[in-house]
Order: sequence, then structure tokens, then C-alpha cells
Amino acid sequence: MKTLFAGSALALVLCAGTAYAEDTSACLITKTDTNPFFVKMKEGASAKADELGIELNTYAGKIDGDVETQVAAVESCIAAGAKGILITPSDSRALAPVVGKAREAGLLVIALDTPFEPIDAADATFATDNFLAGELIGKWAAAKMEDPSKAKIALLDLNPSQVSVDYLRDNGFLNGFGIDIKDPTKMGDEDDPRIVGNDVTNGNEEGGRTAMENLLQKDPEVNLVYTINEPAAAGAYEALKAVGLEGQALIVSVDGGCPGVRNVEAGVIGATSMQFPLKMASMGIEAIKAFADSGEKPQASEGLEFTNTGVELVTDQPVDGIPSITSQEALEKCWG
Amino acid sequence: MSETIPPTRRSAQDFETAVDSADRRVAAFDPHRRGPVEKLQHVLHSNPTLVPVIVLLGAVAVFGVVSGSKFFSAFNLTLIMQQVSIIGILAAAQSLIVLTAGIDLSVAAIMVLMSVIAGNLAVYSGVPAFLALIIAFVGGTAAGMFNGFLVTRVKLPPFITTLGTWSIFYALNLWLSGAQSIRSQDIDSAAPLLKVFGETIAIGPARITYGSILMVLVFLVLWYMLNRTAWGRHVYAVGDDAEAAELAGIRTGRTLMSVYALAGFVCGIAAWASIGRVGSISPQAFYEGNLQSITAVVIGGISLFGGRGSILGALFGALIVGVFQSGLRLAGVDVLWQVFAIGWLIIIAVAIDQWIRKVSA
Repeated sequence: MKTLFAGSALALVLCAGTAYAEDTSACLITKTDTNPFFVKMKEGASAKADELGIELNTYAGKIDGDVETQVAAVESCIAAGAKGILITPSDSRALAPVVGKAREAGLLVIALDTPFEPIDAADATFATDNFLAGELIGKWAAAKMEDPSKAKIALLDLNPSQVSVDYLRDNGFLNGFGIDIKDPTKMGDEDDPRIVGNDVTNGNEEGGRTAMENLLQKDPEVNLVYTINEPAAAGAYEALKAVGLEGQALIVSVDGGCPGVRNVEAGVIGATSMQFPLKMASMGIEAIKAFADSGEKPQASEGLEFTNTGVELVTDQPVDGIPSITSQEALEKCWG
Repeated sequence: MSETIPPTRRSAQDFETAVDSADRRVAAFDPHRRGPVEKLQHVLHSNPTLVPVIVLLGAVAVFGVVSGSKFFSAFNLTLIMQQVSIIGILAAAQSLIVLTAGIDLSVAAIMVLMSVIAGNLAVYSGVPAFLALIIAFVGGTAAGMFNGFLVTRVKLPPFITTLGTWSIFYALNLWLSGAQSIRSQDIDSAAPLLKVFGETIAIGPARITYGSILMVLVFLVLWYMLNRTAWGRHVYAVGDDAEAAELAGIRTGRTLMSVYALAGFVCGIAAWASIGRVGSISPQAFYEGNLQSITAVVIGGISLFGGRGSILGALFGALIVGVFQSGLRLAGVDVLWQVFAIGWLIIIAVAIDQWIRKVSA
């Protein structure tokens, strides 16, 4: 009996082995598998993999910042003989060595959404151009306001760690609006008197509300609110509404999550820049397929160190010269 | 006192006269004059809430001077009340556990989970809002009892128990909500009752939310229960010395269980209040709420070793944190340094607590 089991197990292993040798397999490793952004990413990757006949294995960390689980996942992918890895690193620096091992073993490593530090730790990076995402809403706000020189701007950022997505969006927005941003990798170093202040939100409604209350306390005449993401924007709106000032301020944001797009439709958010997790993943799978077939590696977008997966402005109040889509159109493409 | 007897009139029993000159006290403490510092230590020992009250008033005064009228206005002071109301209510629940020498890392997770449950039922499943809220209260109580069961029956340390349930409740929250917020507008149209604690009463420039009032009420009710009922005495006794309490006839297991259940129920109330405060139901909010509630409790002078401190201290502790954050912010201090300041507050508060504990009886 025992030998029978052992025999069939061995047979299974052999079958699996030959299957791997014939098919192309790829891995997708996300930060978590609960965040709608990553859920959408997984959907995009699975659909594309099915289409191209690639076997896809997916892994995810338990929480954002769970480096160990991601390291183990990369090692499993190397051991399984995958052709390539798509990964959103939980820690841009800590995961660089293990993906280095994967590249040495001949795998194509593509960072999705979050670049490695240094960015060339991966063969390619498919991500949103967060600076551009900020710039779009900044330009829109400048065109939308009657007199941008009388703006009083509240900046609702992510957290005190000055992470790249945070300063890129913040500085992109200010640059688009026409404010001198000084150091493009630092927030809060600007000295333009139109800026009321920066505060942090942790990217959620509760933080957004508290931060907005604080900045209103500094200057109750705030009339333009930049937010790191749409949940923070929803919180900021609640704070404005509580003191009857929701009509006074224009709120802009970045993300393109479905609740955020619905808030654009409802007039809570003036404009938001949408990013495309699904596209990041499907482009990634295509790149692995091309690499498996011809050994060709993807190229970065012109003028950037990464491949821009696109960003679109979503607003129901379009302005001349800035291409945008309406909230109705955006609901078709939104994630989550 | 000692009179000398002339040698000529001495008798055999005269040696006993020496007794008169001896010290007649059987036993006595060394006379000990208390210096001003020791007197202070003594006063603080018998009034544990005095330190937070002094710090709170001092901080308000200092920031009133430094940050001026932007800080010291009725609007801003009532805003601070609003901002601390949720952490305040969680700190009330946390105080109950800490008084029994325990610690609860799961309070915020219970709260967020219950707000998600109430929101899902009322907004998406069409359950009447009041029923959804009752389910949240019952759920919160049940979650607290689960902690209590693990602590009293399975005999796990409270820290480990709630470290585990924190993750469990958080995961359930993400699963139920799909990590997606329920929007403010959807709550407004389907179940406005959920947001009732966000309503404000305006008295001049002051904006008092029902949530702020609720926080104060929760503290007053719990203060009464802890200080004016037999149950409250039992809680303090169990926290001070569980074995002695057991020997004195207190059913410690049952008392602990009731404390965890009550703390869970208070988290259920906090869930309702949080929906009003935030406006929407966010599964990602209050991730650090458990630690912030412990901060409030510790700064409020409640001893982590159990059995000592007044629950009102936690209210003052929460307000102190709020006052520091608002004051530093309006003085233009970076967020980073606000975090730094709160860290020092915790360390100083516990150091003072340790010093007070050393008081000679």
C-alpha cells in the first residue's frame, strides 16, 4: 500500500516536472490579496495568462510590509522553474537581494506599481507615473479656479515617512498647479504663501477628516484640497461638510478606485487621476511571454526609468487643453 | 522625669524606679518628617488622577500662550473633544482591562469589525439600522467574551490572547468589507441612524458632537460602576491581587469574564460613534487605535500592574494627547515631532507612576 502511494506520488511529481518543462509558467506576488488594487491586478494577470497559455501561480503577503512571505514566494518561484516574476515589493530595498537571485537563475523580474530601490534591481518596472498623476489634477485645478493666485491650498499626504508615491503625487500636483516645488523628492519644503500646510492621513477616511480639520483650523479659507487618495478625499469632504464649507473648496485626488469615481460623480471630488492595476499585470504577463519566446526584455518609456502604464484624468467638469474622461466612462474602467 | 533618690533612703526595690525613666511606648515608628517632595508623592498616591489633570490644564495654558487664539478658542477646544472621542471611548474599554492587570490589543479591531458588520447589514442587506446596531453591540460583547474565555478558561496571558484576536478580527474585517469603504452618501440614504453621533450641537462657536457627549457619558457610567458598586470593588481587588481576592471570596474568573464582556460591549458602542465621526465606514481606519487607547490609559495614570488608577484618568489621558497634537500642529511643528512628543509623554507618565508606587505608606 505504502509503495503504491509512493509510486503514484513519484509519478505525479514526474508529470508535474514535464508539464513545467513544456509550458511557460509565471508568478505574481502582490503585497496583500485583500486590497482591491491587488485583487484587480490578480484578475488582469490571470485573464492574460489564460489567454496566452501561461501557467500562473499567485502569492501574497499577509499585510503590507510582510517581507518574509514575499521572499519565500520568490524562492518558491525560482525552485518551480518559472520564466518570470511579477512583483509589487512590500519593501523596495529589502526585496532587492532575493530578486537578484531570481535574475541570476535566469528569470525575468518585473516590478509592478512599486519600483525597487535602486530601480534597476528588476529587469523592468510597470507602474503609474505618479508625478504625472499629480500634475494632471494640479493643472486641472489651476484651470478650474477663477483666480489661482488667490488659492489657499491644503495638502493631505500619506504619512511622515516621505515614501516615493507620496512625494511624487504631492509635488506633481504642486508643479501642475504652478508652484515652485524646490526639492522634488521632499514634501513640505515649499515656501509659496498659497500653501496653508501639509498633514498626514494614512490614506483613509478617518485620517483625511482629522487632517482637514487641522488645516481648516490653521486657515478656515482653504479653497483647494489635494489628497493622496480617494478615501482621504472622502474624509476631507466630511470635515468640510461638518463646518458647512463643502461648497468653498475644490477637492482633487489620485487613484481611480470605484468608490472614488462614484464620489466624482456625486460631486464630492472635483477630479481624480486614475491608475490601471489591471493593465500593469496584463502587460507584465505579455512581457514574460515575449521573454520566454525570444529572450527579449521590455524597454522603459521614453524619458522615464520605468514603463508608464498610463494615467487618465477623471472629472465631470472638463477644462480645455487637458484630456479627461467622465465619471460614467471611468466607472467602466475603475478597480475595486 | 527621673528624680534621684538620696543614697541613704535607698531600699532593695528601688531599682524598679528606673522603670519610670524608661520609654513607655511599646513600639513606634521612627519620627519621620516629610519633605515637600514626599508630601507631593503622598498626595499623588492617594489621588491618581491629579497628575493627568495638572498636565492637561498646564498643556492647555502653555499652548494657549504659544499658539494663541487659534488654539485657545471654543471652536478648537471642542474640535479636540471631537477628534479624541473615538480613541477616548476605546480607552474606557482599555481601562477596564488594564485595571485587572491585563492589556487588550484587540479593542480597535473589535470596533472596526463591528462598524463593518453594522454597515454591511444596514446599507447592503436592508436590515433596519437599529437592528444592525444591536447586532454590532451583541457582536462586540461576544468578541470581548471570546477574549475573556481565552484568558480565564484557557489561561492564556491577556497580551497573547488579544495579540491573536487582533489579527483574527482584523482579517475578518477585511474579508467582510472586501477592504472597501462604505461611502458616506450610501449610509445617508440607507441608514442615517448609523451617523447620528456625528451630529453637532452649536453653542456659539463651540461645536459639540453627540459623539463627544457619548464619550463623557461612557466614562461617567463606568466610573460609577467601578467606584460605587460591589462589582467595581471586585474589579479593583482582582486587579490588585487576584489570589487575595479569590481568598476573600470573590469569584475572580467570573469577574474577569464580565470585564472582558463589558469592554467588548463598549467597543460596540465605539463602532457606532466611529461611523458618525468618520462619516463613512472604513475598514482601514483606526489601525493603531489599540495602541492609541493604551497611550491614553497610561498617560491617564492607570497602572499597567492593575488595581490602581481612576478610569477618568484615561479620559484626561486621551484629551492630553489631543491637546498636544492640536497645539503642536498649530504651532507649526512637523508631524514627525508630534509623534516624538507623544512618545516622551508615555515614558514620563509611566516613570511618574513608578515613582508614586514607591511611596512609603
